[in-house]
Amino acid sequence: MNEVNHFRRVVLIWLVSSVILTPIVVLAAQGIPPGDGSVQAAGQTTDNGVLLGLSTPVALAVVVFFIYSLIAFRERDTAAVLDGPPVRGHAGVQLWWIVTTTTIVLFLAGYGTIRMLADGAGGGQGPNPIAKPTSSVPALPVQVIAQQWKFTFRFPTYGGVETNHLEIPANRLIAFHVTSLDVIHSFWAYQLGVKADANPGVDNIAYVQTKNPLTFNIHCAELCGVWHGYMFDTGAVVSGPQFASWIAQQRARFAPATKLLPPYAKQYFPDPQHRGG
Amino acid sequence: MDELVAVSTPKRPIWQRLIGFNLVSAVVLAIVGWLIGYWIGGRIHAPSLDFFADNGQNDISILLGYLFGVIGFMIGMGFANYPIRRMLGHPPTLAEHESEGEGLGRYFRLCTDHKVVGLQYVVGIGFFFFIGGLNAMFIRTELLNPNSHAFGPNQYLTLVGLHGTMMMGMMTSVILGPFANWLVPLMIGCRRMAFPRIEAFTFWLLMAAGIVLLTTLFFGGFQTGWTGYQPLAGQGTAGYDAYIGFFALVGLSMCLLGLNLLVTIITMRPPGMTWSRLPIFVWSVLATATLMLLASPMLLAALLMGAFDRAVQTGFYVPGIGGSAYLWQNLFWVFGHPEVYIVALPGFGIVLELLPVFTRKPLWGYRLAVAGMLGVTLLSFFVWQHHLFVSGINADLRPFYMLSTELISLPTGFIFLCAMGTIWRGRIRFTVPMLFCLAWVFNFLIGGISGVFLSDVPSDVTTHGSFFSMAHFHYTIMGGLVFTLFAAIYYWGPKMTGFKFNERLAKIHFWSLFIAFNSTFGPLFALGLMGMPRRVVTYPTNLQALNDWVSVSAYVIGLSMLVFLVNLVWSQLFVREPAEANPWNSKSAEWQLPTPVPVHDFDRIPVFDGDPYPYGVPPATAPVGIAPAGGTA
Repeated sequence: MNEVNHFRRVVLIWLVSSVILTPIVVLAAQGIPPGDGSVQAAGQTTDNGVLLGLSTPVALAVVVFFIYSLIAFRERDTAAVLDGPPVRGHAGVQLWWIVTTTTIVLFLAGYGTIRMLADGAGGGQGPNPIAKPTSSVPALPVQVIAQQWKFTFRFPTYGGVETNHLEIPANRLIAFHVTSLDVIHSFWAYQLGVKADANPGVDNIAYVQTKNPLTFNIHCAELCGVWHGYMFDTGAVVSGPQFASWIAQQRARFAPATKLLPPYAKQYFPDPQHRGG
Repeated sequence: MDELVAVSTPKRPIWQRLIGFNLVSAVVLAIVGWLIGYWIGGRIHAPSLDFFADNGQNDISILLGYLFGVIGFMIGMGFANYPIRRMLGHPPTLAEHESEGEGLGRYFRLCTDHKVVGLQYVVGIGFFFFIGGLNAMFIRTELLNPNSHAFGPNQYLTLVGLHGTMMMGMMTSVILGPFANWLVPLMIGCRRMAFPRIEAFTFWLLMAAGIVLLTTLFFGGFQTGWTGYQPLAGQGTAGYDAYIGFFALVGLSMCLLGLNLLVTIITMRPPGMTWSRLPIFVWSVLATATLMLLASPMLLAALLMGAFDRAVQTGFYVPGIGGSAYLWQNLFWVFGHPEVYIVALPGFGIVLELLPVFTRKPLWGYRLAVAGMLGVTLLSFFVWQHHLFVSGINADLRPFYMLSTELISLPTGFIFLCAMGTIWRGRIRFTVPMLFCLAWVFNFLIGGISGVFLSDVPSDVTTHGSFFSMAHFHYTIMGGLVFTLFAAIYYWGPKMTGFKFNERLAKIHFWSLFIAFNSTFGPLFALGLMGMPRRVVTYPTNLQALNDWVSVSAYVIGLSMLVFLVNLVWSQLFVREPAEANPWNSKSAEWQLPTPVPVHDFDRIPVFDGDPYPYGVPPATAPVGIAPAGGTA
C-alpha cells in the first residue's frame, strides 16, 4: 500500500464520522446547562453548542488519525529492529495546518467577542460595563452584598431596603451590582447564567434579562473561608405583580433595619481594624 | 571542607561520620535556626503591630523561624562551605563531587554530580507527590456524601489547599528537577551542569519547602486553597505563613533551577552541538527554564507583600487603606499562568522525544516543534487575566485576553501536528513509555478543547470557578504532566538506576491509570456544568450519584499508583535485574553510554555531527565520540 491510500482513507473516515457525529453533538448541546433561564443563559447554551460543534471535527481529526495510524502502522515483527522512512517534514502540510488552525482560532475569538458584547453574557463587567443590553424599561438595579458567609440584596429604587433572599421580576432587565464587605466572593446565579466576583471596594456589574418565572440556585463560586461550602441560597424570578407585593412586604418588614443602614453606596469599604476572622 | 572529605572516608566509625555536613546536622541546625528566628521575632514584635491583627498570633516569629530554620538547614548541608572557603582565599574545587565515590550515602548529602541530584529529585518529589495524592483521596472521601461527614469544613479546606499547593508547588520541578538535571548534560555532551552547587541547592531547598508546607498542620492549616487569594489570606491563622514560606522557597528553587539549565544549555554545548541538533527534549527544557526564571520572581514579590501584610500590617492587599484585593490576583496569575505551562511544556518535550524512538522515524517537523514550544513560552505571559474574566477588572480587555488565550492553541497545535507526522508510516512499538505518550495525546486533546470553553467569555461565565475548570486543568496537568512523567520514568528510569522495571506491573499500572483517570475527570466536566462550584464541602443532593462515581474512580487511581509503588520497590530494591545499555534501541546520545552511566559520563567530550534522530539513515550519522552500544539497525 502506498501513502496516498492511507491518507485518503483517514480523510474519508474523518469526513464520515464528522458528518455523522457533529450534528448529533450540536443537537445534544441544546441540553447543555445553564439552559433557558434568561437571555444570557440561553446565549451561553448557544455559545457552548457552537464551540462543541466546531471542536467535534477537530478532535475527531486527531483521534481518527491516531487510531488509524496505530492500527495500520503497528510493528508486526517486533523481533527485528527496522526503521521507518526518514521523513522530516512537509512544508505544504505545515502551512495548511497553520492556516486552518489560525482561521478557527480567529473565528472563535471573534465569535466570542461578538456574543459577549451583545448582551454581556451574564458576566461581571466591573464598574463601567462595555456591554450594556438595551431594554424599553430601564434596568432594575439590585445590589448583591457578599460577606462571610451570606449574600444580602439591596434595592436602591425601593428605598434602599436590604433583603435576606432574592426575588426579581420576570421579563425585565436586571443590573446586579455585586460587591463585598470582606474578602473576595463570587455571585453565581446558576440558572440565570450570571457570575460576578464580589470584590471589597468594587462595584462589579452584571446584566441579566429574565424570562419566565423560575427558581434558581445561588452559590458562592470563589473560596471565601471555612464556610464557603455553605454559602448558597435559592432565589426566584416571579411575575411583575408578585414582585411588587413581595418588595412592598420586604420594605415594611425591614423598615426599622433600613433606617439604621448606611446610605446606599456603590461600594462599602470594610473597616480594616475589624477584619473578620 | 576538610571535614567533608573526612566524613566520606568509609573507615571511620559511624558516630564520627555523623559529625560533619550531612542531613543530621542539617536537621539539628534547622531546629536551632527556627528557635533563633522565633526568639528574634518575639523580641521585635510590638503591641502596636497588633493594630490590624486579627488572629492573635505573632506572624513575625513564625516567618523568621522559617527563614532562619531554612538557613540553618542549608548550612548544615554544607552549602556555606564553598563561599566561605573562597572568601578565605582557598582555590576553587568541586570537592563535593570528587570525594563522594559510589556509596549510597551521597544521596543523603550535598552532592554535585548531576546524576545523583537527578535521582535525589525523583525520590524527593515522588515522596511529596504521594502525600499530595493521598490528600486527593481524602477530598474524594469527603465528597462521597453531599453533607460534611468525614472531615469538618476547616480540615477539608486544609486538605484541598495542601493537595493543590503540594501538586502545583513541588510538581513544577518534577521533570526539570529529575530528568533535565540528569539528562541535559548527557544529551548535549557536557560532563556537568553550569552551576553544580546551585543544582544541589535547588534540590535541598525544595525539600525544605516541602517540610515547611507540612508544618502548616501544626498551625491550624490554611483555608485559601493553592491560589491563596487575599484578603482572605490576611485572615488566615499561622498555617498560612507556611504557605508563604513554602511558595517562596519553591519560587527561589524554581528560579535557580531555570537559571542553571538556561546557562548550561546556552554555554556548555560542545562544538558540533548546534541549536538545530539539540534533542527536542532539551528545547522544551530551555523553554520551561525561561518561564521558570521569568515567572517566579513575580510570585516572590507577591508573597513578600503578603508576608508584610501579615507580619507588620502593611496594606498591600487591604482595600480601603490603599491596597487592592485585585493586586494579589493579578500578581499571582502573572506567575500562575506561565506556571501551568512550566508543568505542560516538559511533557511536550518528552512525547516528541520518545515518539521517534518507538516509531523508528526522525522527529517530523523539528523546527515547527521548536516554534511551538517557544510560541507557548512567549504567549503564556499575555493570558493571565482570563483567570479574572468575571472579576470586574479590565473588562474592556476581555476580548484581548480571549484572543491571546485562544492563540495559545496554535503553538500547542504545532506539537500535535509534529506528533501526528512522526507516527505516520512509522513502525510503531507499543512499549510502556509509548503507551503513556499516546495517552498524553488523548488527555491533552480533551484538556485543550475544554480550555477553549474556559477562554471564551460567554461560556466561561458558567464554567469559571466550577468543577469544569477543575476537570480542565486536571486533564492538562495530570493527563499531560503526570502521564509524561511516568513515560519518562519507565523510559529513562532503567538507565538512571541500572535496573529494569517489571513490565507486566507497568502495563497494569498504565491501563488502570488511563481508564480510572478518564473515569474520574470526565464526569467532573458534567458536574461543573451542572452547577458544582470548586472547593465546597457540601453540594446539591442531585449531584451525589456522579460524585460517588468520581470518588470510586479516584480510589482506582490511588490503587493504580500503589501498583506503581510496588513495581518501583520490587524491581528496583529486591529483584534488581540489570538493565541493558540500550533496551529501546534508541539512537540518542544518552543511550550510547554504558549502564550504569560512569561517574564522569564521557571518557572524552563527544562530537555531534548529525541530527539527533538518525532513524532510517545509515548509522554513520549517529553521534561519534561515544562508544556505540545496542542495536543500530
